[in-house]
Parts: sequence; structure tokens; C-alpha cells
Amino acid sequence: MGLVAGYPGTPSSEIIETLVELKSERPPHVEWSVNEKVALEVAAGASWTDCRAAATMKHVGLNVAADPFMTLAYLGVGAGLVVICADDPYCHSSQNEQDSRRYAQFAGIPCLDPANPGEAKEMTVFAFELSEKFNIPVMLRPTTRVSHAREDVDMGQAAAPCGPGRFIKNPARRVALPSHARPLHSELLAKQAAMEEALESAPWNRLDLHGNVGIIASGIAGLYAKEAIFDLDEELSFLCIGAYPLPKKLISRMLMHVSRVIVIEELEPVVEEQVKMLALKVNPHVEILGKEGFIPREGELDYLQVRNAIARMLGKAERVAAKNADVSCLPPRPPSLCAGCSHRATYYAMRKVFGKNAIYPSDIGCYTMAMGMGTVDTCLCMGASITLASGIRLGGEKEGICCSLGDSTFLHGGMTGLLNAAYNKARITVTILDNSTTAMTGHQPNPGTGMTASGEVTTQVSIEALAKALGAGLVETVDPYHLDETLESFQRAKDYPGLSVIIARQPCVIKARRSGIRRRSFQVGEDCIGCKICLDFSCPAIEFEKDKARINALCTGCGVCAAICSTSAIREVAR
Amino acid sequence: MRTSECDMVIVGVGGQGVILISDVIGRAAVMAGKPVCGAETHGMAQRGGSVINHTRIGCRFSPMVTSGGADVLVALEPAEALRFADFLSPTGVVLVNTRPVLPSTVTCGKARYPPVQEILAPLKARCSKVIAMDATALAEKAGTAQAMNVVMLGALAGYIPLSEELILQALSLVVPQRFQEANKKAFALGKAEVE
Repeated sequence: MGLVAGYPGTPSSEIIETLVELKSERPPHVEWSVNEKVALEVAAGASWTDCRAAATMKHVGLNVAADPFMTLAYLGVGAGLVVICADDPYCHSSQNEQDSRRYAQFAGIPCLDPANPGEAKEMTVFAFELSEKFNIPVMLRPTTRVSHAREDVDMGQAAAPCGPGRFIKNPARRVALPSHARPLHSELLAKQAAMEEALESAPWNRLDLHGNVGIIASGIAGLYAKEAIFDLDEELSFLCIGAYPLPKKLISRMLMHVSRVIVIEELEPVVEEQVKMLALKVNPHVEILGKEGFIPREGELDYLQVRNAIARMLGKAERVAAKNADVSCLPPRPPSLCAGCSHRATYYAMRKVFGKNAIYPSDIGCYTMAMGMGTVDTCLCMGASITLASGIRLGGEKEGICCSLGDSTFLHGGMTGLLNAAYNKARITVTILDNSTTAMTGHQPNPGTGMTASGEVTTQVSIEALAKALGAGLVETVDPYHLDETLESFQRAKDYPGLSVIIARQPCVIKARRSGIRRRSFQVGEDCIGCKICLDFSCPAIEFEKDKARINALCTGCGVCAAICSTSAIREVAR
Repeated sequence: MRTSECDMVIVGVGGQGVILISDVIGRAAVMAGKPVCGAETHGMAQRGGSVINHTRIGCRFSPMVTSGGADVLVALEPAEALRFADFLSPTGVVLVNTRPVLPSTVTCGKARYPPVQEILAPLKARCSKVIAMDATALAEKAGTAQAMNVVMLGALAGYIPLSEELILQALSLVVPQRFQEANKKAFALGKAEVE
């Protein structure tokens, strides 16, 4: 591999982070790109320069990259090009649970769907070869349970790095003019049969014919099914699917061998639909079970669900899940903003100035966890806070509108929205919560940090200059730990008769602690009257004990609670 | 029919070192030549949320332990033991650190943290054995409260099909040099609790 580009997103972020640490004689160029569209285009450029390349992203990132993704299938590759798209069934940390196998099918490119880390490693090697063989991008689609699994994997030998590449001009293949696109579309369609043929014998599409009842299962569901077959000790026919386009010959052999078959896959019935269509041709009498009543179309599957679906098909006893423990005595442990997180301080000031009737479109990042503060009214997709705010204003809303998004989210998908708001005269306030990192996904650098993925110093873009250049009329930067200053700034933004931008800048507390920043200490004096105003600030460092507030060891010394306290009872401890 | 040699679920709160226990067991299993797999949910670990890890020794299937299937449940925090008790097999063992970590819902007065006995009682009804210890105090005795997870690892060692020697060898690979001694002590104190 010569180049890897990606944008952080759970559960895909660790790929770039691991590759950056890779020590080799000629390490690949590894970058955090500004967003997924950019990452895929950078990877495509490298591929066209005869340099093997990959783009990494989470499933919703592929929506951002969908534009180049769809047309790259027409234009093809130079050296191998792999799109690693990590899906998140059950939305462990995502806004939806879309199934990227649909995208691969839509674009007409192969998709490899690993069941475990070992397969993911083998498939990655295979994906580059497949990409080069068929002159097409290939998708690798690990799900959360594959991305965040560990196991013993035989590492093997790393392939030799590719040599210095050259871009060969070839307009008929690289310029998607209508006159070029039409024949390229025909070519793409013509490739399908050959790709399908090649994947019939891929090691991840395996058919074992035994009894006249069968199971077809894909990805991690294949492992659950294998475990269930072993557990139930039945002679079942089994077709394991790991590579798409689907192996129609293997499926047909299965359908002709069995009288009843269950299709087990997470999320969408991608395999099931094809199986049903094929059955019409090869064995219309076979009974096909799947998403209707047996396998849920949403969420993650688990072993018990799969085992019980198979047992039910066989008329055997289902295993009852352990009775749920009564956890009503337990306090909830929701994830929350850290003690001293500057987002809390910014939101506190924002709410104080704009009031409870204002509209607060928000975005994707740690700050979405501040929903309880009343400043998160929407969360749609990366950067949508600004554009939704614009639409809400232009749609007729008369109340104050103050939207918010983080620095990385602004640079990823917010800049065009800000430009649009300026151009179309949306009178809104945009708050950029600048903690100088991509905190939610594990503190990756971004163009505002002046640091690349590999830790090299680079151009540090000025968010102030960007906001002004994109057309904001009022641009102010505040330190959210200084409450008075922040309140005044928000007031000016609220009163401003145009598009205003507040940049609330304070490093993420986790990063600050790691870099050795130590702040002041605070304690609550005897004069605390127990008014609980500080508790409403909901900082985990503030506890309530015997009618008085108390500052615990989590305190990072931001001092905002001292500014909020109604009786000035929270005071700095003299060192 | 059993589909793995030993299934365990390790739970706790972000920062307590759940993943380190799984990491050590994984390495020890590889040294012993046994297939091993694991998976975890850790996305919110740094934001005060729960962390859960599944580890399966001698297993060639999925890394996920099934409901009612855990031979051992290791809880680095008592409330988390009950929160994930559904995983415990009726014949399983639960190892609990009795030192609570209060969630913000409790410290700000919105929820109550139950007495530890109230947590342990329902656990006893769900499995064959509950072993409770103040692992945090034992770790402090060993030299650092941070080694609480290693105290629990020491207690766990007797319940998994891996030799103590290999576990200690794997532990030495993941712990920084300056904490080696404290961790060895912590391991021994945990082990002594179950003997």
C-alpha cells in the first residue's frame, strides 16, 4: 500500500492510527483528510498514479464520499483502490445503521464482508488484487464486532511497498464526460459476470452440502450460524457468504439441494433478495426463511437469536435467554461531558443569552451529549447544524437561532453551509466549539491543529479567517472559561443584524491533561446556601452532600462554577 | 454442546483497565497455543460510561459471549456487575471489586447508589459463586490503586484454563517497567483472595 487517507469515525478510526505507527523502510503516506469525500478522491488520485491506495471511513462517511464513489466505479483504478467502510449495526456510536453492502451493489463494485479480524486481514490483501484484476474499486466492509474484536491472527509478510508512481494521461478513462461515461457504464455492467465468476471460488464463499435443510449466512452471522450448527449437532447444509457480487452458482447448488433454507444476515436482506430471485429460476418450491419473522432487519444479531431461528426452522427447542437481572436499584451511568469540558461552559453562556425559546441546531461530536442543557435541538449529519439553522430561519422562524458544531465538524462539512448562510442572508449565530481536536473519536488532529496524522507540523488554518472569508459579518473569539466575556460576545452576536460567528476556544480537557496542563483548584466554602445553581451546571466534579455543594477530585480547575455560584461560595484554593 | 473452553465477560467503568485484563489473557492464550478472541464496547469509556469486554478462550467462533453463557464475570465495579449479570451462566462465577465508582447521576443527587449488599444478593441467586473483595484497597496495599485490575486478574487466574506462569509472563509484557513489582504484588494479593 502506498497511500491511505481517511476521516475519523467509530468504528474505523483505529485503521489510520495503527498505520501511522507502522515502522517500515518506505512507510505509506497516511493522512487524516478533511472529510471522507476528500479522502476517497485523494486515494483515487494515488491509485491513478500507480500507487496502491485505500480510503477509510465509517458507514455514514460513505454518504459524504458517495459522489466520487459512484463514478469511480465507471472510471476504474490504476493500482489497487480499496474503500474501507466500517458499518455500525445497532448504532453503537452512529446516527443510523445503514448497510453499506447496498452501496457496493448500487455502485456495482465488489464488497468483502469479513466475519473476524483474521478474515479482514486476508481480505484486504485480496481486495487490492481484485481491484487491479477488474480495474475497479473494491469495498471492505467490517462491522463494529469485527472492527473492535481481537484475536490471534497470523500476520504473514507485508507486501513490498509500491515504487514511485506516475500519472498516465488517459482522458477516455479519467475524464467522465457524457461521451466517455456511456461506454464506461456498459463496461461496468459487462464486468459484473466476470467478477461474480471470480468470487465463486473466493475462500470466503464456502458451500458444504449435507442435509436437505440449509443455512445461508453472511459476515459475522456466519460465525453465529457455525456455532449454532456445532451446538445443535445437526447435519445441515451451509453456505457462508463473504464476498459480493454473490456467488450465484453456489447459491443455485444450495437451492437445488435443499427443501428449506434460512438466510441469516445483519441489517438489510441483501443476500435474501438475491436468493429469492434465484430460487424462482432454479427451484421455485424451496421454502426460504429470513427477514420475515425469523431474522430482524434492524440492530445487531447475536448468537442466541441466530441459534433460535435455526432451532425454530428445525422444530427444535429454543434456548431461553437468561432472565434479565433486576437493575432498577442501579443508578444510570450515562456518558457525559467531562469535568471542566469547555463545551459545557459555552452552552451555559449561550443558553443564558439566547434563552429557552431560541432554536439550537447542533451537530455531531462530544457536544451532542449536552442535550440535557437545552442547547441541542437537532443532530442530523456532519455540518448540518448551520444549514438546518439557515433553513429554519428562512422557513420563517422568528426566535433567536444559535447553532453549534465542533472545529473538526466545521472543517469537515460546515464550511460550505456557512458560505451558503452568508450568501443567502440567513440571520443566524454559528458557534464553533473549538477544542482543537477531533475529541469524540479519540483526539485525531485536524487542519485547525497545525499537525498531520503522523505528527508533522503543518499549516494551521485560522478558523477566524475562514469564517470571515466565507462571509460572516461578525466573528468573535472567546475563552469559554471566562464567563463574562463569553456572555458579552453571545449578546453582541444575538443583536447582530446578519450572520455572526462565535469561536469558543479552549483545548479539550482530556488532551490538556495529557499535555501536562494543570489549572487552579477550587473548593466550596461554609457560606454555601445549597441553592443547587451549580448542580444545574451538571459538571461531574460538583457533588451535593448534606445540603451543600462539594468539589471532588475530578475538578480540572476551569473555574466556571465559581463564576456561576450565587453567593460566591466556590473559591480558588490558595496554593 | 460447549463451543468454547472458557467464556468470560469483563466489565467496569472507563479508565479502570478492563481492556488490559483481556489483553493479558489474550496474550497468555496465544503463548499457550490456544485460539482466543474478544470484543468490546468502549466508545464512551473516556466519558464516564460503562465498558464491557467479551473474551473467549479455546473458541473458533464469534468473539461474543452469549446471554447466560459466561463462565466468569469479572466486575471492576459493583454496580456494573449487576448491570451485566445477564451474561452469567447459572454455573458461572462472578468476581467483584466492591469499591463503587459513583456515576455523576449519584454525585449530583439525582440517583441513589445502593448498598453493595443490595447488589451482591441478586448476583448470588444467578450463579454458583460470588467472590467479592475490595480490590482497590488490595491494590493500594500493593503500592498503587491503579493496579486494581491486576488484583482482579490475580483472582481470575484460578478460574481460567491458562497457567499462572503464562499470565504473569503476558502481564510483564503490557505493564511499564516501573510498575512491574507493584503489579506482581497486586496479582498475588488477588490470587490469595480466592484461595
